[in-house]
Amino acid sequence: MNTYASGFAGGALIGLSVALLMLLNGRIAGISGLVAGLGRDRGLRRWVDTAFVAGLIAGPAVFALITGAWPTMRFVAGLPILVVAGLLVGFGTRLGSGCTSGHGVAGLARLSPRSLAAVLTFLGSGMLTVALLRALV
Amino acid sequence: MTTALRLLAALAAGLTFGLGLSLSGMLDPARVQGFLDVTGAFDGRQAWDPTLAFVLGGAVSVAGLGYVLARRLPRPAFAPAFELPTNRRIDRPLIGGAALFGIGWGLSGLCPGPAVAALSTGALPVAVFVAAMLVGMMAHHRFAARA
Repeated sequence: MNTYASGFAGGALIGLSVALLMLLNGRIAGISGLVAGLGRDRGLRRWVDTAFVAGLIAGPAVFALITGAWPTMRFVAGLPILVVAGLLVGFGTRLGSGCTSGHGVAGLARLSPRSLAAVLTFLGSGMLTVALLRALV
Repeated sequence: MTTALRLLAALAAGLTFGLGLSLSGMLDPARVQGFLDVTGAFDGRQAWDPTLAFVLGGAVSVAGLGYVLARRLPRPAFAPAFELPTNRRIDRPLIGGAALFGIGWGLSGLCPGPAVAALSTGALPVAVFVAAMLVGMMAHHRFAARA
């Protein structure tokens, strides 16, 4: 399968997951929100969200079992930059109430203007950041 | 019974998400950054990588169908009600937060879903990124409590 086809097929699986979580459990599949909620929520909700995150983490391992190879990962930044990036992603996704999944997939699928504004903003700032990175480094 | 089904549904949805990310190529920071690198094509350094747009297209189409279906149902199968965001304001926290997130995403080629999923690969850079991300989330929690 070529890269675009597997991208689309993988995307469809992600969309299926988002649809299932809404149809079965009534929840938006936003990863930053679910992960942040693990530290705050109590009772059943915490267990349910833990189950989702456990499944998410198992995903690449199950993929490796099925295909015989782990998904490719080529890191583009050293550890100090990854720390800075991680802090920005953690703080920014909470301040902005979502990331590529919650705003990008679920929000756009709901035709939410708020999510569209967030998506255009993080795509824009991401592209600007990479452009500056390429120009300066 | 419903509780067990709800847990199982969450686990299955999480697994499907992780498999989708793995198949899509979006666990690869170089590929994600290649999508964000729109100036690379102009100076011939690196061809633009449109894969992320195909992933987003596939994901939004299928999720959209699911949401259309959800709108016709009185309630989800294993929970009392659909939980939908009520905030519709496009305000400064939304835009500021998304802008900060985009900077971190561009620097690393990582966002929360792929980073958390990739913890199972045991790669050290992923663990470092996720640890910093959790610290960033906790920092926001404190900041929000004070504001």
